[in-house]
Amino acid sequence: MTARERVAGTVANYVDERTGAAAWMKKNLNKVFPDHWSFLLGEIALYSFIILLLSGTFLTFWFDPSQREVIYDGDYQPLSGLKMSAAYASTLHISFEVRGGLLMRQIHHWAALLFMVAIVVHLLRVYFTGAFRKPREFNWIIGVGLLTLGIVEGFLGYSLPDDLLSGTGVRIAEAIIQALPVVGSYLAFFAFGGAFPGEAFIPRIYTVHVLLLPGIFLALITVHLMLVWYQKHTQYPGPGRTEKNVVGYPLFPVYMAKAGGFFFIVFGVIAFLSAVASINPIWLYGPYTPGQVSAGSQPDWYMGWLDGLVRMAPPLETHAFGHTISWNILIPGLILPGIMFTGLALYPFIEAWISGDKREHHILDRPRNVPNRTAIGAMALTFTIVALLNGGNDIIATTFSLTINQMMWFSRIGILVLPPIAFVITKRICLSLQRADRDLVLHGRETGTLVRMPSGEFVEIHEPISAEKAWTLTQHEQPVPLELPATDARGLKRPGAIKNKLRNRMSRAHAVAVPKVSAQDLKEIEHH
Amino acid sequence: MSSELEVIKDPGVPAHIHRQADLDPQAEKKAERQVAILFALSTFGTLLFIYSYIWISEDLFIFFPVLGTTNAKQLFLGLGLAFSLFFIGAGAIHWAKTLMPDEEVIAMRHEMRSEDEDRRELIATAKAGAGAAALGRRSLIKQSLGLSLGLVGLSPLLLLRDLGPLPGKDLEKTSWKSGTRLVTDPGDRPIKPSDLEVGAVAQVLPAIAEGGHRALSDIGKDAVLLIRLRPEEFQLDAERLAMTYQGIIAFSKICSHMGCAVALYEQQTKHLLCPCHQSTFDVTRGAKVIFGPSARPLPQLAITVDQEGFLIAQRPFSEPVGPSYWERNSQ
Repeated sequence: MTARERVAGTVANYVDERTGAAAWMKKNLNKVFPDHWSFLLGEIALYSFIILLLSGTFLTFWFDPSQREVIYDGDYQPLSGLKMSAAYASTLHISFEVRGGLLMRQIHHWAALLFMVAIVVHLLRVYFTGAFRKPREFNWIIGVGLLTLGIVEGFLGYSLPDDLLSGTGVRIAEAIIQALPVVGSYLAFFAFGGAFPGEAFIPRIYTVHVLLLPGIFLALITVHLMLVWYQKHTQYPGPGRTEKNVVGYPLFPVYMAKAGGFFFIVFGVIAFLSAVASINPIWLYGPYTPGQVSAGSQPDWYMGWLDGLVRMAPPLETHAFGHTISWNILIPGLILPGIMFTGLALYPFIEAWISGDKREHHILDRPRNVPNRTAIGAMALTFTIVALLNGGNDIIATTFSLTINQMMWFSRIGILVLPPIAFVITKRICLSLQRADRDLVLHGRETGTLVRMPSGEFVEIHEPISAEKAWTLTQHEQPVPLELPATDARGLKRPGAIKNKLRNRMSRAHAVAVPKVSAQDLKEIEHH
Repeated sequence: MSSELEVIKDPGVPAHIHRQADLDPQAEKKAERQVAILFALSTFGTLLFIYSYIWISEDLFIFFPVLGTTNAKQLFLGLGLAFSLFFIGAGAIHWAKTLMPDEEVIAMRHEMRSEDEDRRELIATAKAGAGAAALGRRSLIKQSLGLSLGLVGLSPLLLLRDLGPLPGKDLEKTSWKSGTRLVTDPGDRPIKPSDLEVGAVAQVLPAIAEGGHRALSDIGKDAVLLIRLRPEEFQLDAERLAMTYQGIIAFSKICSHMGCAVALYEQQTKHLLCPCHQSTFDVTRGAKVIFGPSARPLPQLAITVDQEGFLIAQRPFSEPVGPSYWERNSQ
């Protein structure tokens, strides 16, 4: 026994005698994780969160969350002598006088952007591969919660410096609160401690941003990861992969080294971006005052789609009985996002209800094999992208020499017309890809070798694909639509006839598929 | 349907292919060296970071292709940190990929649901517990508990009451009164009509007493834009026209949509544009909305001049400025 092994044994013994952790550790150090690049997306989100905690803690050492008015006398000459809030002045101090302060601000902001990108792309991966199916519905809902909180947390975070851009964003948030029927002006006055902007808002959202929401994040992320751990990771279809097993690498040492290394890579890339690509240069925007605004005011990207919806809203207000209801704010600012997030959260349950599938699923779907789901995803994505594009309509218009009006009308019509088109096209593409898979399994791969037959005909030689590939392309189940009968065994009408009929119809639409190749098909073709 | 047809057989996990480093000691040594070099690059990054922190001057700007002229301290601090972190990760992953075991292993899953016996026992325990508490029989306790639990949430809600005052009539009022002078923002100088050329725009605020303080909350309601046109360019009724003075017209600068500053004036078309959501207002027609999401024109401030010839407000705004709210009476 070497000295090192002796030390390791002593430490392990010490810990186990006090915690009894050996049995648990033994099992979990050998925990198997399947390998795939798309499984790293959630990891990027997790690591960005850790980077946010580290860099954010650094920023709190100097940031002064106060709207008290001060006269600036710091290093940045162009703003010298200007009245501004202590929050803005201290952000300038971090940027210009604290060594590495600007770098940390950039890291914090870049990490926030990447956090949201990673969450969204991770969500798309989970959605399109059907990883949200039983038993993972809870984790899907936690994920939707994290996405929602992330948007709020990001918005509060970039509002803290109290610069002209972020203050404008807060003004818009205030207008949304104020637009709520009956309670709007009351809630706005409570949130801002009086009329906008007041002096209470920044200190309040600071507490929410650095304490309340990070606490909730930590709790939700912990549960999210524990469930992944306990339920074991899903895996892509492939040879040897079944619903009953998990094929991959053991946690210790391979997965730990890879995942730990990946944290440093994510951190390194964020630090690199922060070094070379400066974002949110608040010193150029100036301090916030409600009487000014800069052209091309844009929120961060994860708020952009909301802003885009608000921009394209038609000018609708109801004026009646001495009251005003602003549909131009309520619909794009609250009602539509509410519907979108509710639909997102409920999707696993809706799909299970339509398909009638109550089994556990651990093998991921190839998106083409579930055309309806993939098409719904493409539809929702198209809707959001049109909204996001419209959120930058002024920038796009100036960049591509269009008028704002053209952009706005494109979005207003596009947001209604393009999503259904995306649905139809995506469903067609999925079915075509299924057909292509079928051809590949039946007739093999095109070799590119042309042969001239004695008859003078030219044919391309096809080569059979490997057994592994053939399995991967045919392992999926053929969906069977629900057929809820209208009458029961005694010929009596069952209750809920219309509901059942609707469910049957949706189930049929959901179960559309090209018949997959069976072993018989292959044998038959071999005889030819 | 699928059960009737025979599926293509699963060939099982493919045989493991050994890597170069598993077979060839020389390749193994090489991989080891590569990992060490990656870790060494990280150390170099840390040294660069320390050097930049202490010795590079804050005022040093250097030119870099693509980046342009950039602050050297900021750049090298960032690059140092990026290198020091990235190459630890690169080293660890290269180590895992080339030298650690890469044979896939298979673990079995268990179904999420508990054993039937456990489930039965749980139900029995729950039933026994509920029976012992006998909540079903004690409806008085059940109902009073339900009531108190329902109400207990009121206390923390009530505690939030002092977050702010009630709005009252605050959203309807601005600091503009009859005879309030219009002063420039910034500068606080009173304005004469002759200060504004035709086509010019100025942001003004109500004058305040010497040494008085102007809160941002006031600016958020008081900010006004002055625009001078040729009087014949207006297409206004007599009442609205009487609110202008020699072609000078005054509008609230706070957008009637969501309260941004309506800061963009297009001199050629005489349109005011809000940069937040592109609501567009036609100045010649009393800031009527001609495009975008806003549903109401910008409130117009009636102006005239006092005896000394400075611009003043004839009277307060006749309607609330800024975004809509429930209590707003918009006719």
